[in-house]
Amino acid sequence: MLRIENLHVRAGNRDILRGVNLSIDIGQVHAIMGPNGSGKSTLARVLAGHPEYAVTGGTVAYRGQDLLAMDPEMRAREGVFMAFQYPVEIPGVNNAYFLKSALNALRKHRGEEELDAMDFMTLVRDRMKWLDMDETLLNRAVNEGFSGGEKKRNEIFQMAVLEPALAILDETDSGLDIDALRIVARGVNAMRGPDRAILLVTHYQRLLNYIVPDVVHVLTDGRIVRSGGKELALELEEKGYVWLEQAV
Amino acid sequence: MATMLDSYVAEAERAASAGRQGDPTWLMETRRHALERFTALGFPTTREEEWRFTSLAPIAERRFVLAKNGASALRPQDLDPLRLPGTTAATLVFANGRYVPAASDIRGLPPGVRIDSLGVAMSQPASAIEKHLTRAASADRHAFTALNTAFLLDGAFLSVPDGIQVETPIQFVFLAIGDEPETVAHPRVLVVMGAGSKASIVESYSGAHASPYFTNTVTELFAGEDATLNHYKLQQESAACAHIGAMYVRAARNSTVTCHSISLGGSLVRNEVIVVMDGEGAECTLNGLYFGDGRTLVDNHTTIDHARPHCTSREVYKGILADHARAVFNGKIIVRPDAQKTDAKQTNKALLLSEDAQINTKPELEIFANDVKCTHGAAIGQMDEEAIFYLRARGFGEHEARRMLIQAFAGDVLSRIPIGTLGARLDQELMRRLPGEHR
Repeated sequence: MLRIENLHVRAGNRDILRGVNLSIDIGQVHAIMGPNGSGKSTLARVLAGHPEYAVTGGTVAYRGQDLLAMDPEMRAREGVFMAFQYPVEIPGVNNAYFLKSALNALRKHRGEEELDAMDFMTLVRDRMKWLDMDETLLNRAVNEGFSGGEKKRNEIFQMAVLEPALAILDETDSGLDIDALRIVARGVNAMRGPDRAILLVTHYQRLLNYIVPDVVHVLTDGRIVRSGGKELALELEEKGYVWLEQAV
Repeated sequence: MATMLDSYVAEAERAASAGRQGDPTWLMETRRHALERFTALGFPTTREEEWRFTSLAPIAERRFVLAKNGASALRPQDLDPLRLPGTTAATLVFANGRYVPAASDIRGLPPGVRIDSLGVAMSQPASAIEKHLTRAASADRHAFTALNTAFLLDGAFLSVPDGIQVETPIQFVFLAIGDEPETVAHPRVLVVMGAGSKASIVESYSGAHASPYFTNTVTELFAGEDATLNHYKLQQESAACAHIGAMYVRAARNSTVTCHSISLGGSLVRNEVIVVMDGEGAECTLNGLYFGDGRTLVDNHTTIDHARPHCTSREVYKGILADHARAVFNGKIIVRPDAQKTDAKQTNKALLLSEDAQINTKPELEIFANDVKCTHGAAIGQMDEEAIFYLRARGFGEHEARRMLIQAFAGDVLSRIPIGTLGARLDQELMRRLPGEHR
């Protein structure tokens, strides 16, 4: 589903990714772990198409298409979803309106009929239950005045409504207390399936207790230095990233 | 410069003498005094603090002649886009500042409410007018108010008696009309609200001129005790217009006054709102939204004068500036020495859509009482690129994402307009004017 080859990325005049190789098959959950500043979030944001990064080398194929040639909105419509590490507050834009328009933009792109208000609400109520969300959040402006945890939950809720083919979760666990983490993980696990790939970007192993990955990668200094099964995360937790940095 | 003033003087004298033989002495005296004041004051220059950022050269360096009575040139289709959605209690139409009875309709008003052209009302022995006209809008210090008063020939007059509630809006439509270049009109409005009365008034200004014209308006609003007054000024002049508007409000005890100012057109625009909280417990809300593009200059000056204790004022002004547009916002709040328990809050925000757009913004708090609550805040910024990326990452096109954010910014003010679909219509009007949209 996703094949990243020798990806080099620069922000400003700093090389952040220095030859990333990564392949994710449909149906799989991969986790990328790494210390602060290793380039994990950059990788997530580059895949979503953030304009502040310059790709200086390499390729990214998504379902056989050149992902890097697509605008961010086209990636979204083609089924790529990134849950933001820092979800943006958008005052004045109603959450329900925003989500309905986003969903219908995707459906329109796929040649499907737009959902009417009734069907949309049925879907939304169902997904809100997954995430234990208060329905009043729908009538507020997107993320405005949300607590850190509410914002993260709202990201996963959006994912659950938009049903992407490739979901990239950028440090969704950061800033969550243990109860919120469980709820978010429940939402993500509900989304696991044979038609979807999920890429978890995280600093801590903690999240992986709840969302068990098929493959774990370790990113340090802009390169993937180790890949393995879920045990790799436990080993990292025990020995720290220094262990790997020394090993390289 | 002197010759320009002379031409206004000559025209004002001619207009006054040709106007009405039956004009009462007080009116002739009012005009004469105003003309004297205008001559003494001259057009303000940027050396004056109140006009520091607003050069009036486009007005002062042209010889604008008094626009002819445009009634005969008025076509019904000129009015169609300006009519309010839903029902109105009354609509008064003015072409170049002169009343057009044929296009007006006052049949929806409750009994007792008086509405008329000022031209007619002033010539009658009517104490209500003499008691109020120019009493809020002094010609002594404000050159444009003096100029308007010197040309005081016509305008809109509304008087709502004590206890009468007019539920549907009343509209005053001021249209600049005709194809003569460099003309000026001096629209005038006088509204007197009795105790416990209620009315909503929409005052709209527009024009289709492609060549420079000048609109110089003065509005006086008197809200009596316990009165509720909602006022909407919609400025949708053409890009060739210099629009100078001054609105003077007197809010009596326990009255509730809300003034919305939506300013979308014009090339040189000055909107002044001066509210005097003249009785205890009065409440005042000022909502403003302005847009500028090209090389437009939009200047909003507001003054809320807390002259009495226990008054509340809320003010939100928002601006959207594209291209090389410039804006000025000056929000003055005065709290007089005995105006204890004043509660005043002012917010002004500007969204700059281009690197070349700029705004000079200044809150001015003059507080002479000690037991008061006054806050102000200003925020000026460009589009939030992270928000645009967020929207794009959810499938919205870039253009759509930008529009959504602009709409959300303006919606904060437009959603406070409770007249049918008027807010939505103004939103569309704003969206149409944005750069990159088909005009």
